[in-house]
Amino acid sequence: MTVSILIFLPVVAAIITAFIKNGAAKHVALFFAVAELAVAVFFLSRFVPDASTQFTVIKPWIPKLGIYFTAGIDGISMVLVLLTTLLVPLIILTTYQHQYKNAGAFYALILFMQAGMLTVFTALNGFLFYVGWEAALIPIYFICALWGGENRIRITIKFFIYTFAGSLFMLIGIIYLYLSSPSKTYELNDLYNAAVTAKAQSWVFWAFFLAFAIKMPVFPFHTWQPDTYTEAPSAGTMMLSGIMLKMGVYGVIRWLIPNAPLGFLQWQTLAVILSVIGIVYAALIAFNQKDGKRLVAYSSISHVGLIAAGIFSWNLEGVQGAMIQMLNHGINVVGLFFVWDIISRRLNTRELANLGGIAKVAPQFATAFLIITLGTVALPLSNGFIGEFLLLKGVFNYNNWIATVAGLTIIFGAVYMLRMYKKAMQGGTNELTVLFTDITGTEKLVLGIICVLVIVLGVYPQPVLHISEAAVKNLIDTVNAKFVDAAVNNIR
Amino acid sequence: MTTLIILSVLPLVLLYFGLYKANKALLPVTVIGLLVALGFAVAEWNNGAQPIFTGMMLFDNFSVAFSGITIISTLLILLLSKGYFEKISSNVAEYYAIILFALAGIIVMVSFYNMVMLFIGIEIMSVSLYILAGIRKNDFASNEAALKYFLMGAFSTGFLLFGITLIYGATGAFNLEAIRNWVIAHPREIDPLFHTGLLLIIIGMCFKVGAAPFHFWTPDVYEGSPTLITTFMSTVVKTAGFAAFLRLFSACFAQISDFWAPVLVVITVITLFIGNITALYQQSFKRMLAFSSISHAGYLLFAIVALGAASASSVLVYALAYSIASIIAFGALILVQQQSGTDSFDSFNGLGTRNPFLALTLTIAMLSLAGIPLTAGFIGKFFMFTGAVSHYKIWLVIIAVVNAIISIFYYFRVIIAMYFRTGEGNTLTVPAYYTFVLGISALITIVIGIYPDFISNLI
Repeated sequence: MTVSILIFLPVVAAIITAFIKNGAAKHVALFFAVAELAVAVFFLSRFVPDASTQFTVIKPWIPKLGIYFTAGIDGISMVLVLLTTLLVPLIILTTYQHQYKNAGAFYALILFMQAGMLTVFTALNGFLFYVGWEAALIPIYFICALWGGENRIRITIKFFIYTFAGSLFMLIGIIYLYLSSPSKTYELNDLYNAAVTAKAQSWVFWAFFLAFAIKMPVFPFHTWQPDTYTEAPSAGTMMLSGIMLKMGVYGVIRWLIPNAPLGFLQWQTLAVILSVIGIVYAALIAFNQKDGKRLVAYSSISHVGLIAAGIFSWNLEGVQGAMIQMLNHGINVVGLFFVWDIISRRLNTRELANLGGIAKVAPQFATAFLIITLGTVALPLSNGFIGEFLLLKGVFNYNNWIATVAGLTIIFGAVYMLRMYKKAMQGGTNELTVLFTDITGTEKLVLGIICVLVIVLGVYPQPVLHISEAAVKNLIDTVNAKFVDAAVNNIR
Repeated sequence: MTTLIILSVLPLVLLYFGLYKANKALLPVTVIGLLVALGFAVAEWNNGAQPIFTGMMLFDNFSVAFSGITIISTLLILLLSKGYFEKISSNVAEYYAIILFALAGIIVMVSFYNMVMLFIGIEIMSVSLYILAGIRKNDFASNEAALKYFLMGAFSTGFLLFGITLIYGATGAFNLEAIRNWVIAHPREIDPLFHTGLLLIIIGMCFKVGAAPFHFWTPDVYEGSPTLITTFMSTVVKTAGFAAFLRLFSACFAQISDFWAPVLVVITVITLFIGNITALYQQSFKRMLAFSSISHAGYLLFAIVALGAASASSVLVYALAYSIASIIAFGALILVQQQSGTDSFDSFNGLGTRNPFLALTLTIAMLSLAGIPLTAGFIGKFFMFTGAVSHYKIWLVIIAVVNAIISIFYYFRVIIAMYFRTGEGNTLTVPAYYTFVLGISALITIVIGIYPDFISNLI
């Protein structure tokens, strides 16, 4: 069993689903997504949580240029594979109440995107990584542009150009590393050993950083994000925020810092500061949002800013915090966007001003919403807590003052999330919200699963932390050894 | 060699067919003839060829590979021609004959081993194209295209010939090997005759491949010519031009790249920006494709700027990817134009519902032209960028990346029109020939995009 089955099953599924006529497409897609989850769980059961790469596949692809189909799973990849395979079936379930035009194409694109993202999370060859990176972008562009809201054409092209631009610069960086690598291949281990001077690493850092910073997004590369999240169909928003932005975070951990360690050292402070600015800036904007979906979009920038700050601090707590927070943020943000999808589908509005009192008429919905909200504001014993705690500790190890500013996220997050909850759910009902019907069927199922995950991961996060710990530690040690080498060389 | 003989005899046969009004037989005979020619070309593969006719021609793997892809592209284009030429002219046989004459010239262009043969090849091709551009005798635009093309082409031929003469004056040879030996023997010497000749050859070749600032004929000629002829010009002819360009420079002038590479770098940058930025402002799909072909000439120039062992396979992959995608684009344009009467972007509105198959193939073509992974166009760009970065021309690659981003705007305009805008017009039916050609082309685009090894290993 190698990871190629994990990558190619969704491709096959996408091709099959594309030919299914409207009604049955969602069932077929769900079937394949669950099958994919089963494969991932099987891998997890066989996974040994040490620093090694497992289930590896190596096949020649364009051997003349050192391009191989190399993919494998280590602790870092495992968490993201779980995140992807877990969220995709949930996201497909959230669409059960929608009637999409050309449903076959819609679900095929979602599955194809899943294949692209799993390629990114498991690729150990620079070329394969880049191909997966772009292969995930094309489907989401079409999902947003075909099934999105009114301004979708202008906004999605902006989104596409932004991300495409970033990734092309990354491509130059990858090619440059390849040409400097000892045995002239795109294999990740070969790229890690590329002989690149500190000065050249400085711009290699930027080539990668642009791609990842745009994807996450880190301030000031975030301007595409709120519009795109708002205009995309809710399933697309969930794919983007729940999984796709983790491609950027993962890229920083696996591709940016180890490939250009000396470049990273030169720009580390700036990267941490930009991330922290993003936390505060997005939170301040989130205070004043009138549209619920848009508010969640800004909250996502804020939370990702903290994840980025944790990684750029580059210590075990920070990176481990980022690992678990990626999983938690994925679960929570999908829950939040689903909540707003339910509200906007029933009431045809997402304006906070028009809402209120829903808790009175829909108690089950209100409970689920509250649990997810508390998970997002990182209440202890909810899943967000352990992640934020580790991340802040990581940033604190890097710099006290920056960590103090980053810590504002705890207060700010609570303010805007609880304000959102209060405006939407509490107070008196009005003539609109009084008609709100409580959740049923698949809605109950999805929100139930999410709530259980929020609580379980909050109370007992250790298994997840354990998966990635050895791999993260190993990676950090490798990079730190390079810092030491460079310092020693400097003294000589 | 057999390929060349077949391609020279076949048009004569076709002209006789035309004389006896056997119009129905034209296409089948052409297709069979081309397949036979292709077969003979492939048979010369890896034969360890030596220069023949006292060093005039050399049918090496380079020549076989480029003969192969030009013949295949011509085949695909001619398959689209069923029913097309009959509509615009009564002299159908001439179309087939002249296209094949041009193809014969192209085979010479990719197989020359002597500057004289290069010149003869270019002339056979160009004269045929002048006629093809103006073949709609009563159409104003077609006449303008032919005149413009002829005047500009004659000029550039003059430059080329002058350059060849000066190089002959300096080296005393037309033979590529002799010129290379002269270059190696005079490494540091600046010979006014030789270097002026080299620059004039660059100008002449840049005219032929439509690189800026020698591109002014391209848009008008492409727009005025019948669409299928435009397809032929922008794919097969361009491929041949670059093959000849590369063959000449890698055989003769590789050692003194310090002298001419800066010139070509400037030309490349100008070509990229002019092609892309002008394409951005076009309202006509056909004109957009004309300008996009200029920008692709810029990417193709990368292979010559970063001349090396991998240049030939880079040009091969890029040219094939570009040709195939362009054939899809022009094929779709012909169908849409027939229905709506215009070639503006708006005529593509709602094509996604009017004909999903056509929209899908055109989307694949646009993604390939834009260089999105998993399509052939990406592999072409990837090879070009790799070559340039390996020559430490990183700034050039960054400029190319900026241009690739600009190109997204106009390629995606078509996709947006097809899927996200609603258009009037009923469902559009695609003839069987078109389905075949567009389907095959889309398939080739994806296959090369996923597994380029079989084509990039040819040379």
